[in-house]
Amino acid sequence: MQSETLIPRVGVVTDIRQDTPDVKTFRVVGTDGKKLFEHIPGQCAMVSMPGIGEGMFSITSSPTNREFMEFSIKKCGCLTTWLHSIEVGQQITVRGPYGNGFPVESTFKGKDLLFIAGGIGLAPLRSVINYVRDNRENYGSVHIVYGSRSKDDLVDYQEIIDEWMNCPNTKVDLTIDREQEGWDGHVGFIPNYVKELQPDTSRTVVMCGPPIMIKFTLAGLKELGFVDNNVFTTMELRMKCAIGKCGRCNIGNKYVCKDGPVFSFDQLSELPNEY
Amino acid sequence: MQEMIDRAKELLADGTVDRVVGWRSGEFSYDITPGVFRSAEELDESFIYNDLCAPNLSKYLIKESRKEGKLLVFLKPCDTYSFNQLLKEHRILRENVYVIAVPCTGKIDVDTIKDKGIKGITSIESDGETVTIHTLYGDKTMPKAETLGDKCRTCKSKKHVVYDEIIGEDGEVNNDGARFELVEKLENMTPDERFEFWRNELSKCIRCNACRNVCPACSCENCVFDNPNSGIQQRAAVNSFEENMFHLIRSFHVAGRCTDCGECTRVCPQNIPLHLINRKYIKDINEFYGDYQAGEDAMSRAPLNAYTFDDCEPGIVYSRGGKA
Amino acid sequence: MFRLPVSKIDDLFGTIASSRTLYLPVDGNDGRAKYDKWSEGTKMSDKLNTVRSAKSFFFPQTTNICDFNVNGANVEVVDIREESEDFVVFGVRACDARSFTILDKVFLAEPVDSYYATRREHGTVVTMACSEPEENCFCNVFGIDAAAPEGDATCWIADGYLYITSNNEKGEKFVESISALLEETDDSAVKAQQETIHGIVEKLPFGKVSTDHFRKNTLLEIFNSEKWEKLSESCLGCGTCTFVCPTCQCYDIKDFDTGHGIKRYRTWDSCMYADFTKMAHGNSRNAQMQRFRQRFMHKLVYFPDNNNGEFGCVGCGRCLSRCPISMNIIKVIKEFGEE
Repeated sequence: MQSETLIPRVGVVTDIRQDTPDVKTFRVVGTDGKKLFEHIPGQCAMVSMPGIGEGMFSITSSPTNREFMEFSIKKCGCLTTWLHSIEVGQQITVRGPYGNGFPVESTFKGKDLLFIAGGIGLAPLRSVINYVRDNRENYGSVHIVYGSRSKDDLVDYQEIIDEWMNCPNTKVDLTIDREQEGWDGHVGFIPNYVKELQPDTSRTVVMCGPPIMIKFTLAGLKELGFVDNNVFTTMELRMKCAIGKCGRCNIGNKYVCKDGPVFSFDQLSELPNEY
Repeated sequence: MQEMIDRAKELLADGTVDRVVGWRSGEFSYDITPGVFRSAEELDESFIYNDLCAPNLSKYLIKESRKEGKLLVFLKPCDTYSFNQLLKEHRILRENVYVIAVPCTGKIDVDTIKDKGIKGITSIESDGETVTIHTLYGDKTMPKAETLGDKCRTCKSKKHVVYDEIIGEDGEVNNDGARFELVEKLENMTPDERFEFWRNELSKCIRCNACRNVCPACSCENCVFDNPNSGIQQRAAVNSFEENMFHLIRSFHVAGRCTDCGECTRVCPQNIPLHLINRKYIKDINEFYGDYQAGEDAMSRAPLNAYTFDDCEPGIVYSRGGKA
Repeated sequence: MFRLPVSKIDDLFGTIASSRTLYLPVDGNDGRAKYDKWSEGTKMSDKLNTVRSAKSFFFPQTTNICDFNVNGANVEVVDIREESEDFVVFGVRACDARSFTILDKVFLAEPVDSYYATRREHGTVVTMACSEPEENCFCNVFGIDAAAPEGDATCWIADGYLYITSNNEKGEKFVESISALLEETDDSAVKAQQETIHGIVEKLPFGKVSTDHFRKNTLLEIFNSEKWEKLSESCLGCGTCTFVCPTCQCYDIKDFDTGHGIKRYRTWDSCMYADFTKMAHGNSRNAQMQRFRQRFMHKLVYFPDNNNGEFGCVGCGRCLSRCPISMNIIKVIKEFGEE
């Protein structure tokens, strides 16, 4: 009988990192200790615990990592709450990769990049950022603007400080929503911060975060002179099959699971505002 | 019908109400859709009331009465029972609703006619006694009594239990007990026969939720069958008993609150006589606690919600000789 | 073209059923037609169509995807899939036959749905021309010929004979397997019946409904129309239309703990349901209007956009008959057509 994508493979959680009070990053390999499958930055996988549920998660590790995959997951619903309760050694199921991923080998190549992320929105961008860092010669300068509710809610904070900030031709600007003891960085919401930073409009933008952040940041970018077809984002809607058949994650005639999750804003402008 | 339209126009014009909940005509004379009418023109264009307007409009008032402004609703006798019951449960804002009672002589059910082998029905006309059915393959006539849906074949009441004004004469409550005849027949079966009967009927269920969503007693904001934490949200026949449990749980939940409007059976795409489950509970409540009709008034406490020293002992179920 | 006297139809069914499972429309004890397994004595229904569509043969209401054994921190995946056994669905109408080609475009697109594919591979579809189309039929609007249904083989009943012809290799094999009962004949009786059927179709109330609007206007123009609000105002949000529809294929995937392990299964789902798109952090279609719009946009705009203009409706009329509030795709198409 032919292979069936709906039947998942078993994965083993080999490391769990508490990133923020409600975000953990899970390292997963196959039962043979090897990486389960290869992916393109921005692609997703269906992670599941039988009896609890299955959900689509962005693969947050870079494909350049040959040993394992990582998922940064915020505690939010049934499955994610369960995931936050597990310990290293727990087996789960994984299937994928799904979706289109970011055009890292085409549109992005040779470009100056601007990454804008809010909260857990950094998760899908981390894969791209690390891919770009590992293939640094293929891309221009990198500017990362990342914000969260508080310092404690900045995902991958240590990696940002230790690695991203020390990467050549890379600028990282962090912001948090409210003043906080022990924080001497920028305070304020991302849309305003981006406007203050006056990024160069020739940059290709990759953005992810809560819908309200996307909405206002996009408006700000347009004011600055950025054009829709040069701004990319990654979407998330309820999914069950991840292969464009179960019928629920569509925005107009596009399925987020199959035709997305990565869309440019000129693609989205031709689709209904139903997300 | 013209009297209804005229009165609705008056109430719209003088500002008593700002919209009218009624029935909208369709492509044929029988595919009627509940609708909200906001102008005289709209009423002229598509308002209809005839022997085919079966939908119970009370359910819509749960949402509609919570919107701004006052609405006019036309209620048939049996719809007024649902209305009262919903008032009792604080699900309709009474001050936002103006009720006009309209008479009903029983509603024709197109499926009942189709089940007689009549095909290609393009229109149905009724003079109250005889029904003329126009089809692609010629005309047919039959007595109206033979065309009634389940909900109307044994009508419990032609009396309106609540209204602000009435068009036409009010009718009488029907106490002949005919509506319990089929229930008695089921009661007289052996447990095995009865189990077989319901297994056969309920196994047809496709869990479309039409019965639940049309039911005026099913007014929960979030149904237990939609709650992923309830443990009963399988939504499908994962084992052969799932669909049975759905209907039994649902019927228990509406027990003592079901007014016997019969909408569940009318809308069931699989033709399951769901109302018989509810009628069994109604009959039992009558026998255990004295006659009670849900929705008869909006104030009294229902037998299942009020303990009295005269209540029957739980053991009565056994003392009825295993028929329960 | 072959034929056999209708009086011998039981022999035909017996022959088919001797080598594989035979399903055909029969009258249930409430008089309404449904597909059921044939056994000695089973009579074929003379109703135009079954209440539920024939899609369940290839896309059953529930399908077991796989099983899991969970033991402490360990998870085992059990592939429970089996090859489908050979079966014949007899008496499928033209609308349902076309629905299979629509479902194929979903389930056989890469990555292929193996559950559907195995059933499709092992199922032979024998269709039956509609000698008495009904008021709710509008298959001709979608280019379907009720007098010449698709399928692997096609039958007509005329003048006391059952006529049969094959349409492809699978159909040829089927006809071959029953050839002992058949005699070869010309197609004059079939041609005559087809003419009669076309005459009836010509007079059907919805036969001339225009779908032009959905071709001429853009996705966003149709999506943003104010008409949806009114069309959906009485929708109860049940799933009747989707469940009786031959082309609705949305599904849910759920897990069920049997006490001996976990079954992962899929079930039909409905875009009309309030929780269809509900996630832990929100819902992209909060209002019934949005859900109602989704269903019709899918059939009339999204599906055609992705499939060379083919509409996702076959005009079977089931949603017209079964919607509790008589709101349906014809009313939607007509409302948009009136401009």
